[in-house]
Amino acid sequence: MLATETSPPAAAGRLALAQAPARNLALFAASVLALYALQPAMPIRQMDFWLPTASLALTVIVWAATSSAFATRRQPDRATLTDAAFIGGIVLGIAALRFVEPLSALITRTSPPAVLSVLAALAITALLAVAAGRIIGPRSAWTTALVIALVALLFALKYEPLTQAFAALLRVTQGQSAAQASSLDVRWLGFSYICFRLIAALRERASSRLPTVSLREFVTYAVFAPALIAGPIDRPDRFLKDLRAPFAFNWPDATEGARRIAIGAFKKFVLADWLALLALNEVNATQAQGAGWMWLLVYAYAWRIYFDFGGYTDIAIGVARIFGVRLPENFNRPYLKPNLTQFWNSWHMSLAQWFRAYYFNPLARALRTRAWATPAIIFVGQVTTMLLIGVWHGVTLNFALWGLWHGAGLFLHNRWADFAKARLTSSQERPHLQRATNAAGALLTFHFVALGWVWFALPDVALSLDVFRKLFGL
Amino acid sequence: MTLDARIALRIAAKALVLFAALNLVFALTDPVPALGRLSLYNALWPGRARLPYGDDPARAYNLSLFDLNTMFASHELAGAPKRTDEYRVLLIGDSATWGWLQRNEDTLAGQLNAMRLKTADGRAVRAYNLGYPIMSLTKDLLVLSRAVAYQPDLVVWLVTLESFPADKQLAHPVVQHNAEAVRALIAEHRLRSRPDDPALLAPTFLQRTLVGQRRALADWLRLQTYGALWAATRIDQHIPETYEPAQRDLDADESFKGLMPPTLPKDALAFDVLDAGIRTAADAGARVLVVNEPILVSTGRNSDVRYNFFYPRWAYDQYRALLRDHLELRRVDYFDAWNLVPQEEFTNSAVHLTPAGSRMLAQALAAVIAGRG
Repeated sequence: MLATETSPPAAAGRLALAQAPARNLALFAASVLALYALQPAMPIRQMDFWLPTASLALTVIVWAATSSAFATRRQPDRATLTDAAFIGGIVLGIAALRFVEPLSALITRTSPPAVLSVLAALAITALLAVAAGRIIGPRSAWTTALVIALVALLFALKYEPLTQAFAALLRVTQGQSAAQASSLDVRWLGFSYICFRLIAALRERASSRLPTVSLREFVTYAVFAPALIAGPIDRPDRFLKDLRAPFAFNWPDATEGARRIAIGAFKKFVLADWLALLALNEVNATQAQGAGWMWLLVYAYAWRIYFDFGGYTDIAIGVARIFGVRLPENFNRPYLKPNLTQFWNSWHMSLAQWFRAYYFNPLARALRTRAWATPAIIFVGQVTTMLLIGVWHGVTLNFALWGLWHGAGLFLHNRWADFAKARLTSSQERPHLQRATNAAGALLTFHFVALGWVWFALPDVALSLDVFRKLFGL
Repeated sequence: MTLDARIALRIAAKALVLFAALNLVFALTDPVPALGRLSLYNALWPGRARLPYGDDPARAYNLSLFDLNTMFASHELAGAPKRTDEYRVLLIGDSATWGWLQRNEDTLAGQLNAMRLKTADGRAVRAYNLGYPIMSLTKDLLVLSRAVAYQPDLVVWLVTLESFPADKQLAHPVVQHNAEAVRALIAEHRLRSRPDDPALLAPTFLQRTLVGQRRALADWLRLQTYGALWAATRIDQHIPETYEPAQRDLDADESFKGLMPPTLPKDALAFDVLDAGIRTAADAGARVLVVNEPILVSTGRNSDVRYNFFYPRWAYDQYRALLRDHLELRRVDYFDAWNLVPQEEFTNSAVHLTPAGSRMLAQALAAVIAGRG
């Protein structure tokens, strides 16, 4: 081969290497912009600007707290300064649109706040980030404090009285009447997911499993546009592996991504939105009479939530795939699983894995060291994990009951599986019996899950109990 | 260009061609009216007791749509073969007949059916509610022209002055979106409305494609789906606990639709449409009873000038006289119920009745209807 000739694989490799930084820069910029563009308007003035800015600020502070490079150097490196300047530039650019009247709400829903206050916010963020970088070590109590602070903020956003108080506080800062505050005032787009990614990074850093990560990579991970609204919740190390891999636009990935987007759009905008007409809600739970119709509403809700959430996930995975990022799957035919344990291994998988990694496993280890009996560890672990997953959707009694419903179900299944493993081995030797058992199990599991949605879909316990009464003709 | 890129582009091109072809075929064949005849109502779900109409689908499991085939196919009338012992009565009219703020059993049709009336020859009176919340005689004629296919014995046509102004006949979406049918009625009955009136929509080619008809298709699907909730609840209207009551203290305004006293010109009213409806029913072998529906007769401020929000006294009085004379001349049965119901039995408008008001009207009509049988 002549020295001037280039073999196709080598050329493709170089092309891939050349495209990766451009792709990463585009994903970084698009994710920051999407944070603002997707944030809905709120009754509190300029919150559609400040809440995305707060998401970015928290992300930058957590990055500084988890950045080993930051802690060991006196000055931030050039790449960090460039990334920080880039973020600041985008935020200031969005804020500066207020001076270009026809375009003032081009990115945000309403006109952005004064540039001076944005500059002040950026300066405070930078100071806090520097302080976090200097003070918070990998295993310091500050890491735990930061995790607790994030959880507390999430709790405040999920617990209606606190959200209302938070809204009142925000209203006062904007010169609006606190008396008008409502929990609906604060709709912080994607914060539940951003928060869990930040906690994941802090926990990975605490256990020294977090690789060195640049500010740009970290922001892209935390606010990754396709997964901003409904996940999946990726792990930092897995996400970074994709981001750092050579990338070249390729048609197989693009067509596969487009296929997933099309499937997701069909699930979300055709099936889920159609089933939403029939699905159980506060109004039709009150108005419908008769067990048969009530079952129809419950089934419609079960499938509606699956297609809605699954559709969003497909779209997120599809969009990411086009850009060479393989987000984790979130659903794997959950309603066909023969038991509740397998259901939770295939429903909102990234959330379940997050709780398993950062709550259930550490808790189980801690209880084991205290010599708790295995069933007790499983009971406490599963019930509290599911309770937390329940209240992650909103701190209400109904979400808590939904979590407890599944926690109790998982524990019962665990005990049953333990009991059956020792005694019922014959079905494994008889495939027909195994298939029949699996089918019956899937039917039973689906109905257990569907009945659980009654707690999830309705706002209060009395109405949920009324629906149960109607379902069983009581 | 790589092989993968060529394959992807070829797939995209084929998809585009198929999509364009599908739209072209859709525009040329216009399958929406045929689709409208397909209905889960009267098959999987019970037929609706009144024509679909609604602006709060999430609570009322009902929606407003424009395709008459879809509307009729969802009505219980479409699934009710006429029995030999049935005396079939179709009620045509506006929102008062449809039953605004009334449950189905409280509407005029519901009240008449609850009375289990028998005709003189022993047939059971069965009333069907074909009211629709729009005040236009042309809309009534449009509904009636479809309804006569269901073998009515008697058509009770409830009218009020607000439905009569000739220049407002086409100013309603359901009329405008059924432009072809309305043009046919204009031609058949030589109505004064102009077939080329710009209010009658003429869809462009793009509006006739699959993309252009997506609203009609979505409406059809939504109506079929809401059938399950209609079956589960028998609710087709959200009736709020409270509402703004009909105005009784009135402005001292003597005008009616731009007209001033002393004379209400007969040619300002669409008597030609009324005649067309009477002819249509008669041609189908049905008798017609025209009812001047009850209005709120206010005793409040300026009630010496106006009866209610809709009508100044001079215009309404002249309308009643014109209507009576017109129908007498044509020997059409007429019942003037204008002041039958006291003002307390109106809800949120000068023509919307409470259930008790509706019962009064039903009782008054019962004798007339049974006498016709």
